[in-house]
Amino acid sequence: MSNVFAVKQARSFAPLPTLLRKSLPFVSLALMLMAIGWLNPRAISYMGFNLMLNLAIPVALATIAQMFVITVNELDLSTGFFISFIASVSVTMLNDTPLLGAVVIAGSILVYAAIGALIHLRNLPSIVVTLGMAFVWQGLALMVLPQPGGKAPAWLQALMGCHVPFVPFPIIAAAVIAIVLHFTLMKTSYGAVLRGIGGNQSAVARAGWSVLRAKVLAFMLAGVFGVMAAFTLVGISTAADAGIGAGYTLLAIAGVILGGGEFMGGRVSPTGAVAGALTLTLASASLLSFMRIPTDWQSGANGAILIIVLALRAAIGRRAS
Amino acid sequence: MTALLKGLPAKPWIWSFVGAALVFIASLVFTRGLGAAGIVVAGLSLASFAVVVGMGQMFVMSLGPGNVDLSLPANIGLASAIAMKVMSGSDSMIVAGVGAALIAGVLIGLANYALIRALRIPPIIATLSTSFIVQSIDISYGRGLQVKPPPGFAAFTDWRLVGIPVFVLLILFASIIAAVALNRTVYGRSVLAIGQNMRAAWLAGIKVERIRLMTYMLCGALGGLSGALLAAYFRGSSTDIGNEYLLASIAVVVIGGTSVAGGRANIPGLWGAALFLVLLQVMLNTFGADASVRLVTTGLVIIAVITAAGGAKALR
Repeated sequence: MSNVFAVKQARSFAPLPTLLRKSLPFVSLALMLMAIGWLNPRAISYMGFNLMLNLAIPVALATIAQMFVITVNELDLSTGFFISFIASVSVTMLNDTPLLGAVVIAGSILVYAAIGALIHLRNLPSIVVTLGMAFVWQGLALMVLPQPGGKAPAWLQALMGCHVPFVPFPIIAAAVIAIVLHFTLMKTSYGAVLRGIGGNQSAVARAGWSVLRAKVLAFMLAGVFGVMAAFTLVGISTAADAGIGAGYTLLAIAGVILGGGEFMGGRVSPTGAVAGALTLTLASASLLSFMRIPTDWQSGANGAILIIVLALRAAIGRRAS
Repeated sequence: MTALLKGLPAKPWIWSFVGAALVFIASLVFTRGLGAAGIVVAGLSLASFAVVVGMGQMFVMSLGPGNVDLSLPANIGLASAIAMKVMSGSDSMIVAGVGAALIAGVLIGLANYALIRALRIPPIIATLSTSFIVQSIDISYGRGLQVKPPPGFAAFTDWRLVGIPVFVLLILFASIIAAVALNRTVYGRSVLAIGQNMRAAWLAGIKVERIRLMTYMLCGALGGLSGALLAAYFRGSSTDIGNEYLLASIAVVVIGGTSVAGGRANIPGLWGAALFLVLLQVMLNTFGADASVRLVTTGLVIIAVITAAGGAKALR
């Protein structure tokens, strides 16, 4: 009885370093916005946010896809190429023969689920299996779309082109993604089971939950969010090429870690991951152009921001211990 | 003979050589024996590049779960540009150019380790951050440069000894040294010990952090070396010259029988896996398959191999 009370106490009075660590993704995002506002005040406006954050939606969705896989202690090296494949299907089959396109996309989500099952049943390292899948999706994307081009379905273009009064659409989308996932993964009992598998798989199994079912679900959700990332991406770009998503694998991993997630132990944060994705997008495109840094240094800035945020996290963590 | 047969299951990497031989024979059957020498030379050349990069990745991955160097492609790209710029088309600068590429690689390895150690971040993220930065350095440094290799360096990749390119033989020799270093030296045994249990290795008096530093620097150096060699082989540097080695370096290590969990490494398997993957591409090429089919097949083969190998582990 006293134990329960102690836990509650600990929860309501989180020590300062924990609070700092949890808020770090949002503090970095705020700092990023302040830097942009200082460099170019006009960017902090309705139009400015629409332009700056448009590409953040696919990055955030890809990050969430990766987050589900990391939650169950696995890693997905195929996210980016999967997004390429789905994007290629969206601008060809889904546009020309919607039914066939939908079937192919549903089938590829099932492939994702099957990969989760294979990894669990044969006790395989997920890095290697998803590495193989990276080649497979890359090849399939080339088969579907040998030359850059195609045309995104009108409804996708309309979705990404929609303008909401007063609040920029990308901000609403990011908030909805973050809040919905926060409640499903952090507040429901099955969300706790998923995270528990990352923490201690055999303990969750002993408690009577099916680890297989949970891993399949996690991979399936990764597939679903990968599809959504591809949809939003082609909705913005209106066309595609077979390599359109290649950079998303590493961006998504970076986004999860930037958002306070860890590779082991099921420690992830959906709200942090979305903030991490927004920070990365702002860093690579907007901050640099306003600082008049040549585009050569876009990926370099991403690297530097990763390092700075992780250095801050390390400093906070060290003080805690 | 029975002893040899009994030894087979313990050496799963033999199957990668069997696979390499099978796809080689299949492509010869298809061409009716034509172009065998060409296939061998091209296969060995491309496989040896994968082995150089794979060796670095193998040492890093042997350090234990989570250790992987994602900065290799960017490293290779930058090293190729540096080597070509230092050489600036002059034969007298070849050694200096290769040396500069090696130094660049070592520095990238040092940066990787510094991030891992100072910030206590997982190697995947540390090497990823380095790779982003190195990539940018390469893009801004490599623009508008004279990128052709000096004639002597380009010709070096064509030297043959009994029909086999000399640089392949040199890489083979280097990999034998690496195999000895891995299994018979304090350094190599320390790497494997750290991969099996870092804390136990530390308690046993192994200078864990020094070994990890050396390993990341070694991997960086091998990346730099392959950057210089690739620029000579393909007659010029480019920023994306190393791109395919991100996935390929991990693939040859894993198919070659090195454990992703660390503590177990295998150099002969690296050659088997590299030859297998390269000859598989060659075979599909002779069958007239295009790039997309080659990619899908490579991916399915990787999954099939790891599924078969993983199953064996589960039985034990």
